[in-house]
Amino acid sequence: MNFLLLAANQQTPFSYLPVAIQLLVGIGFVVLTIGASQFLGPKRSTADKLINFESGIPSVGNARQPMAIKYFLVAILFVLFDVEVIFFYPYAVNFKELGQEGFWAVIMFVAFFLSGFIYIVKKGALDWED
Amino acid sequence: MQLDIAFIIEKVLLISVILLGSLGIAMYATWAERKVAAVMQDRRGPNRAGFMGLFQPLADGLKLFFKEEIIPDRSTRFLFILGPALAMLTAVMTSAVVPWGPDISADNGVISLQVADINIGILFIFGVVSLGVYGVMLGGWASNNKFSLLSSIRAASQAISYELAMGLSLVAMLMMTGSLSLREIVEQQHGFWDNGYFTWNFFKQPLGFIIFLTCAFAELNRAPFDLPECESELNMGYHQEYSSMKLGFYLFAEYINLFISSAVIATLFFGGYNFPFMDEVAGSVNPILFAIICVMALLTKVICIILFFMFIRWTLPRFRYDQLMRLGWKSLIPLALVNMVITGAVILWVIK
Repeated sequence: MNFLLLAANQQTPFSYLPVAIQLLVGIGFVVLTIGASQFLGPKRSTADKLINFESGIPSVGNARQPMAIKYFLVAILFVLFDVEVIFFYPYAVNFKELGQEGFWAVIMFVAFFLSGFIYIVKKGALDWED
Repeated sequence: MQLDIAFIIEKVLLISVILLGSLGIAMYATWAERKVAAVMQDRRGPNRAGFMGLFQPLADGLKLFFKEEIIPDRSTRFLFILGPALAMLTAVMTSAVVPWGPDISADNGVISLQVADINIGILFIFGVVSLGVYGVMLGGWASNNKFSLLSSIRAASQAISYELAMGLSLVAMLMMTGSLSLREIVEQQHGFWDNGYFTWNFFKQPLGFIIFLTCAFAELNRAPFDLPECESELNMGYHQEYSSMKLGFYLFAEYINLFISSAVIATLFFGGYNFPFMDEVAGSVNPILFAIICVMALLTKVICIILFFMFIRWTLPRFRYDQLMRLGWKSLIPLALVNMVITGAVILWVIK
């Protein structure tokens, strides 16, 4: 018991054991509930019932079709910028040790970040009114 | 190996209590939401099932359980089931790193009221929250319905846009705390007043708090940012084809997320389980009672934040999608960067 508690205080892979337990409990709960509701409800499926609902009119075509490119552009930009945001985290945690020197380095990084940001704004990647 | 089992049993008990607690709070959040809406719109709200409609959530839950399960025949079956399951799973997982109360020292060891005290707590929350996008995305795509598809793509694009500003808004706060562990952050906000200033991060990072709160609204798909389930344009949103408990999972996951993110906001900005004059209280009551008081303090803050979310929902009209994206990208991200630089400069040159 004490050994395990010590391990929990000292940040070893052991500290993640409860997360794994929580994952198992969560999966158990989800599977159990979905499984149970499968048996509880009535089952009377007809062809009309199993068709997609599109506000009462007969559905036309298939939903597996190309979507507006804007959404995918946002996703790509998210990947680019999120990587940069993650770089701020180690800096923020060590902010006080790095002092002024570190601060100027981060100002430079922010400048790079902003120039990329201004570039995509000027390019109109974030304009939705067209 | 008997000791291992004791540790695991303790954790399983704690996890079950938290899981049941968050389910219960999520259930009654639906009731509270309807009551709040009713009061604001001069109606009565649910008042038939039990006293003041208090059994209404139970009736709703049971109804969802006993409804017929419909899987449209043109949908992708496996992903159709995986979508709500994933949404629920991620909602349940976030609570793992939230410290619900101080450690209780009993005579045979220490009982922790936090499931996992990992040193990257905040990153864990961000990781799990971004997995939540998959639940919505898979559900909407697998339905093979154009409204659902449009809604889920909107939801995904909105969630990832606001994740950027959310991440940046916390950087300034982390520069002050110097730690990613939620336990550590709460310990630093001990009490309420220290060294001539407030200890809670809300008073140290008001701008960061506002940005974080706005992003929380967007991440939760709540009004004024509830574009993914915009009834007037998209029928019902990404869960349009869902029925029975799978629909219930989406709705419940939303309310569990509401509860957990209120807990995270309370932990990060409002001192978690700390409250004014806690040292005086700790000296005069026994440790277990003190822990209960601390948990109650946290829950009080959480309920206040949940009510705030509800007041906003029934007060503000919905944004347009381009306004939403403009706010997220062109206002909040630069604002968060400025906040970070100012915080750094102030700590380095003014406070020292």
